[in-house]
Amino acid sequence: MISDKVLDATGLACPMPIIKTKKAMNEMVQGHVLEIHVTDKGAKADLAAWSKSGGHELIDTAMDNDILKVWIKKG
Amino acid sequence: MTFKSMTAAEVARKVINEDELFILDVRNGTDFFDWKIEGEKFELLNIPYFDLLEGVEGIIERIPENKDILVVCAKEGSSIMVAEMLSEAGLHVAYLKGGMKAWSEHLEPVKIGTLTDGGEIYQFVRHGKGCLSYLVVSNGEAAVIDSTRMIDVYLDFAESIGAKIKHVFDTHLHADHISGGRNIAKKTNATYWLPTKDATEVTFDYEPLESGTVITIGHTAIDIHALYSPGHTIGSTSFVIDEKYLLSGDILFIGSIGRPDLAGLGDDWVVDLRETLYIRYRELSEELIVLPSHFMIHEELNDDGSVAKKLGYLFAENHGLNITDESEFRALVTGNLPPQPNAYQEIRETNMGKIQPNDEKQREMEIGPNRCAVR
Repeated sequence: MISDKVLDATGLACPMPIIKTKKAMNEMVQGHVLEIHVTDKGAKADLAAWSKSGGHELIDTAMDNDILKVWIKKG
Repeated sequence: MTFKSMTAAEVARKVINEDELFILDVRNGTDFFDWKIEGEKFELLNIPYFDLLEGVEGIIERIPENKDILVVCAKEGSSIMVAEMLSEAGLHVAYLKGGMKAWSEHLEPVKIGTLTDGGEIYQFVRHGKGCLSYLVVSNGEAAVIDSTRMIDVYLDFAESIGAKIKHVFDTHLHADHISGGRNIAKKTNATYWLPTKDATEVTFDYEPLESGTVITIGHTAIDIHALYSPGHTIGSTSFVIDEKYLLSGDILFIGSIGRPDLAGLGDDWVVDLRETLYIRYRELSEELIVLPSHFMIHEELNDDGSVAKKLGYLFAENHGLNITDESEFRALVTGNLPPQPNAYQEIRETNMGKIQPNDEKQREMEIGPNRCAVR
């Protein structure tokens, strides 16, 4: 998966992963992909719901040991 | 403006007292739809916290000024953020301390009644998940039935009333919550009882709970007759305590009946379930007070916060006990079943001792509503 930017949000608890993701996404251009690394269990569902409500596209998720990686394309 | 915290215990009291409460649940819509705090006079609004990052101006008008306001999220972080924003906007609000996690784990003890020899029976109501467990005490000795994994609550309670836990029972191998039974037995040197037919795959020692088992607690005997009542699981056992209380496990609830599919054998066990409900239970006294292992909706709560009704009342009012047509009964308990509880297979394996998830994992496995019943 090719990403244009990687955001490390590991170790952060809700709501910080979403706040950081939103901020990072604001600085990106449409069509670019942000790769987010999180350890907070609730982040997966929240990132999916947040992407949808913000008009972005969640492209993929993967678990890498205890780190959840999420790829979101800016809409 | 400042904002306060509200504990799960305070919310539970509001459910029991039927107080008004406005809940702003800031979890994402899927989680909210799946499982939420419910109370007779609670009003709920779901706006995910991530839709409020720019500010709360857009929702201020939807929040009443004349009610207590509680902001709720999964763990508490987001609700603190939103509570702070609302408080800065001029509202008096509280957030739920520990979030839905704490709500899921809170147990509210309610005294059900006394026993003929002077003992007592208590019900522990887990509002967040609909689980019910029991502590029976007589002459300084106690038995715990269908314990949740929050075992300190029972240990502390027993200590506070000066009782020593001697016996621990599970009415069946649970599929919706992790039993604390074995851990209580380990900590107190009590005897752990489990129905034999549900224990075929367990990896630990237990005392076989079979029809006709009678156990004495205290000097004056409290007899616990084990009444084999298959249906929810093949080994499901009901207890009659003191000829007064029927602990019906997951076979019979106040407004519903048990579902037979959680061990994967719904079609086979539907006949057992029907026989238990329509033949075995019919032979019991209608004066018995039914104390189930679960409740589904807050309407099942009595005024004192307990979940209990006379068997005679259920014979008259519970739809699941009044389906004369056998094929109609089969259709109810095997077709259109609600989704199975979260992680129910893993929960069964944990209760069998096959897997040992850590505390955090156990908590996560139990998240979500209880779904042991059909209506």
